[in-house]
Amino acid sequence: MPDFGVLAPYDFSPLTILAFALVLLAYGYALLNMEEQRRPGSVRITAFLIGLLLCYGVMQTRFDYYSQYMFFVHRGQHLILHHLGPFLIALSNPLPVFRFWSERIAPPLQSWLRPIGWLYRGLQQPVIAAFLFVGLIYFWLWPPIHFDAMLSRSLYWLMNWSMLLDGLLFWWLMFDPRSPATTSALGYGKRILILALVAIPQMVLGAWIVFSRGMVYDVYEVCGRAWPMAPETDQLLGGLLTWIPPAMMSVIGILIVLRRAMHEDGKVVGVRSLAGENAQ
Amino acid sequence: MRYWLALPFLTLAMSLGGCSGGNETWHAKDISGLMPPLEFELTGTGGNTVTEEDSSGSLRLLYFGFTSCPDVCPTTLTGLRQSIRQLPEPYRDDVTTLFVSVDPERDTPERLQSYVQFFGEGIVGLTGAEDALRRLSKRYRTTFGYDEPDAEGNYNVSHSSAVYVFDRTGEARLLIRPGLTTAQISEDLSQLAR
Repeated sequence: MPDFGVLAPYDFSPLTILAFALVLLAYGYALLNMEEQRRPGSVRITAFLIGLLLCYGVMQTRFDYYSQYMFFVHRGQHLILHHLGPFLIALSNPLPVFRFWSERIAPPLQSWLRPIGWLYRGLQQPVIAAFLFVGLIYFWLWPPIHFDAMLSRSLYWLMNWSMLLDGLLFWWLMFDPRSPATTSALGYGKRILILALVAIPQMVLGAWIVFSRGMVYDVYEVCGRAWPMAPETDQLLGGLLTWIPPAMMSVIGILIVLRRAMHEDGKVVGVRSLAGENAQ
Repeated sequence: MRYWLALPFLTLAMSLGGCSGGNETWHAKDISGLMPPLEFELTGTGGNTVTEEDSSGSLRLLYFGFTSCPDVCPTTLTGLRQSIRQLPEPYRDDVTTLFVSVDPERDTPERLQSYVQFFGEGIVGLTGAEDALRRLSKRYRTTFGYDEPDAEGNYNVSHSSAVYVFDRTGEARLLIRPGLTTAQISEDLSQLAR
């Protein structure tokens, strides 16, 4: 019989489970109740679900245990929370779901939600978004901060959630399906520029970890590892995970944006109000 | 545009400044507020149940290890004993070292007793069922793991190399990382004992 214990959360967080369940419910309800022609295709739905499931998996299964006690697994966790998961979710273009819900939210609630809209627009300023994306990685990997974050349960949760939310904001800014020609979405040139720019400091940080002779993150030594593994190996693997896959994802991101830009070259873009709904 | 750029730096600088507040200086890592207060229910070397209440009023040094540990545990425990001996006279009896064995398979209460005896007076050997040990180590955000046994049945155990220091009321205060001298540990303990 397979061991389902690995699927149980190591550090049970009701808020996290609630948040994921609400997102899943809101997505599913919108899919079932929206007009046929607006509904995303199966590829997009699958991308969304895989992205969501990956993020949930690294936060609320046995994976989280290994992330807390092995540096390289922790880097893998952040790779998913900050890069791969949000990348898939943004690429799945959940815009029809957003529209579905924004049409149904009662006006009083809408005025309550307005400050969140301001915050969102502030965070999506290209310079701020790029700074936050790289800044959060550096902040949580700053050795003294990292040490505290791994010791304190509340800081640990703050770290993981801030990575996930920032990842969603960033990749949504990069893959916003609305055309910059007809809407206020960020121009393709700027998106490509940001994707290239954020890759550089991540490569520097990863390389620095890989080539550090001493122990940079001794918290895993201090707190015991999930299994006996040479600290140098752990640090090396963690550094490689900080270095190579994020850089590759920037390149893939650039290719996707380039393809879109080329696709739109010389085309008359459709109706303004529904722009982006059926973009892939 | 330039103001926008300065804002995140400013917030970062402010939040970092907030982390190093307080006017006491320690050699060990200050973990006040990062970890929950001391709480456990384990088995003592006499087979009796031991909780944090049994040593309340004294400074508690919590350390995870195992008696077959080749070097780290004896070094740490010897270092702690020397640091406690260097304390000013009235505080020497105010420190309790809690040595928690995370290898209950091999570390019977008797074996644990003869082991901790070797490291002086104020040391209590503790162990328990694996899930009780897992709960305690999780509470202090540490873990342990076992290697595959070799031909003779010996295996290595990965465990925390740090010592958690709790004050007289049981609040988590310091984390002694490997590398501190006994004089430094002693200084911290006497500052905490005052």
